[in-house]
Amino acid sequence: MLVSTNIIKNREVVADDWSVLRLNEGDSADSVSIPAGKVIVPFSVWNARRAQLLERAEVGVWLGSDAQADVVKDDLAHFSLVAVDFPKFTDGRGYSIAYNLRTRLGYNGELRAIGDVLRDQLFYMQRVGFNAFAVRADKDINDALKGLTDFSEKYQTSWDEKTPLFRRVQRQAVSQD
Amino acid sequence: MYRYDQYDHLIVKERVAQYRDQVRRRLADELTEEEFLPLRLQNGLYMQRHAYMLRIAVPYGMLSSPQVRMFAHIARKYDRGYGHLTTRQNIQFNWINLEQSPDILAELATVEMHAIQTSGNCIRNTTSDELAGVAADEIIDPRPYAEMIREWSTFHPEFAFLPRKFKIAISGAEQDRAATAVHDIGLHVVKNAEGEVGFRVLVGGGMGRTPIIGSVIREFLPWQHALTYLEAILRVYNQHGRRDNKYKARIKILVKALSAEEFARQVEAEWLDIKDGPATLTAEELQRIAQYFTPPPYETLPATDAGFEGQKTDNKGFANWLKRNVKAHKVSGYAAVILSVKKTGVPPGDITAAQLDFVADLADQYSFGEVRVTHEQNLVLADVKISELFTVWQAVKAQGLATPNIGLLTDIICCPGGDFCSLANAKSIPIAQAIAEKFDNLDFQHDIGDIELNISGCINACGHHHVGNIGILGVDKDGSEWYQVSIGGAQGNNTSIGKIIGPSFSAQQMPVVIERLLNVYVQQRTEEELFIDTVQRLGIAPFKEFVYASPIPTGYTHGEDACVY
Ligand code: HEM
Ligand code: SF4
Repeated sequence: MLVSTNIIKNREVVADDWSVLRLNEGDSADSVSIPAGKVIVPFSVWNARRAQLLERAEVGVWLGSDAQADVVKDDLAHFSLVAVDFPKFTDGRGYSIAYNLRTRLGYNGELRAIGDVLRDQLFYMQRVGFNAFAVRADKDINDALKGLTDFSEKYQTSWDEKTPLFRRVQRQAVSQD
Repeated sequence: MYRYDQYDHLIVKERVAQYRDQVRRRLADELTEEEFLPLRLQNGLYMQRHAYMLRIAVPYGMLSSPQVRMFAHIARKYDRGYGHLTTRQNIQFNWINLEQSPDILAELATVEMHAIQTSGNCIRNTTSDELAGVAADEIIDPRPYAEMIREWSTFHPEFAFLPRKFKIAISGAEQDRAATAVHDIGLHVVKNAEGEVGFRVLVGGGMGRTPIIGSVIREFLPWQHALTYLEAILRVYNQHGRRDNKYKARIKILVKALSAEEFARQVEAEWLDIKDGPATLTAEELQRIAQYFTPPPYETLPATDAGFEGQKTDNKGFANWLKRNVKAHKVSGYAAVILSVKKTGVPPGDITAAQLDFVADLADQYSFGEVRVTHEQNLVLADVKISELFTVWQAVKAQGLATPNIGLLTDIICCPGGDFCSLANAKSIPIAQAIAEKFDNLDFQHDIGDIELNISGCINACGHHHVGNIGILGVDKDGSEWYQVSIGGAQGNNTSIGKIIGPSFSAQQMPVVIERLLNVYVQQRTEEELFIDTVQRLGIAPFKEFVYASPIPTGYTHGEDACVY
């Protein structure tokens, strides 16, 4: 059964018809039943059921925070979207995974943050390359949207900004007096 | 000193707004305490034993007089009239309430200050040499690099939720005054055979539960690559640092598990990808920042002054102060003055609003309006004319900031311990005070000479006890407070971790324990040997033997009166 929920995508709240498959205790990647429709499967399921999943028109994959971006290196062309899971919002590994997917592997499709995704992390998440956010269901998604615009300047480079402030602008101290 | 431009102002202003809204959401219960915790920590707000504590960033220890006055103002308006200088060159206020914390940040922003990343699992405030720019032994002024690191690390999107806190220290002098070997990353500015400037990069040092001295992973990194190389180190750490166990999450554990060689290999592989990219530093950027650290308008002065020489011979108190609290300067006719925030009877590092205002005025009058914080919890006026030292001394003395004990026994580094900190196993401030009282005699202290006594109230080591020549650690035994003693620790060029001498002591025993350790030293020392040298020559055995040779009274209580011996 598919419920359409809202996500933030490209800085807008939009309806979303993807579902995320998570393995419950006792499920195995080899045998878990994969729902019909647009589904984001764990990387382990993709790995185990590649042939079957390749028959689908659209498939997404999600990486756990302990994964390295490199694992999907050769498969990126098959995915309509790649998601990175944040099991806890304090687990920051997903930021490096996203950065590597975008910069090192040149992934250009939808990159979605799933799991414990909260307003106060969105600014950083978009900077490392996420363009879609499945905000945690108990939070107000319109409120979370505001998190994308907390800052209008940044010092350092990341995926969103290839040029550091010191190369981008002419800088000079301004008098406070 | 670095001055904000419109971008720095904007970023700090937006931070205040962001934080104000986070506090609003917390108070409205839109954020749970668990969700709010990392947010407030990244703004330096801790929940302590009695109240909130706010830790304000002092980038690489540099302050202007208006900033110091702002501290005085915060102390009066939002706290109980004093602040606390920390081993990370920051300042803390202990009696803050949550509702007012956004207003404090807004006030700080008016003097180019903030509390960004003074806590939490992110890249913390970068620390440096308190004598940067003036030290006689300086190779290169490290402050422009420290400032570049500050900007790069501020709100770095990829490294805000690291496995654990992350601390960088940078030193550019022959003598390391920044404790670089016990930081997650230590950078030594060096010059190679061609005279080019670069960094020796140490990784994986730290104190806490598992004290480790950092390993050199690169002997020479050309300065242009500083930020990309740091990024490579952080990326390897962010992905591979342990997250299952808070106590094993620091980079030192990763470096140890992989070996420094393997860690270095992974960093170099990561670095290849970003090396020479846009984040590579440019000569223009170095120049832009370095212009804020150009020497102040020094006068051309003779190396000494007849009046000064006279005052020195006539006044023993002044001479003592000169000997301990005044440091050589690279410019003729000037000296760096350390203001001792270690007066007996006052918690080490505690400074009142009146003293802060006084220091700001003094800096304006005698030291180009600048003040620095040392990691030993003292303050520095870096550019005082030798001819004005006597006047400065008299003024400082009246404010209780001239105790001539810098580097001596009573210049104790001490964490807030059980009086404030909710993590403490034991109190530390009363131990520091009891020791300071017992050895208040300055002649005795001068005879003992340089010695570092550091106290932490728990294994987290905020008081740097591991690298104290004498280290005291508060431990909990069956619910009561005890103190474990180590000797032989040292900071600086020959950093070493102290060794525990044996079973722990009660609070009342501590002054006698210190006395016995000093006794062994006085009896065994060769001429010119410092305490640390004697410990290194003899090992801990003779100290241990004498300290435990006969029982030390534990003290007892009689109604209201505590009798110590
Ligand atoms: C509310 C008060 C404080 C709390 C709750 C606190 C908390 C901690 C914790 C949990 C650690 C251990 C981190 C680790 O190594 O895993 C730590 C280490 C440390 N803290 Fe604090 N601290 C407090 C106050 C201070 C103060 C006042 C100072 C300076 C005087 C300070 C400076 C340090 C330093 C230098 C370390 C050692 C870092 C290392 O291992 O490299 N802290 N603190
Ligand atoms: S060493 Fe322990 S007791 Fe002291 S401030 Fe740090 S956490 Fe608190």
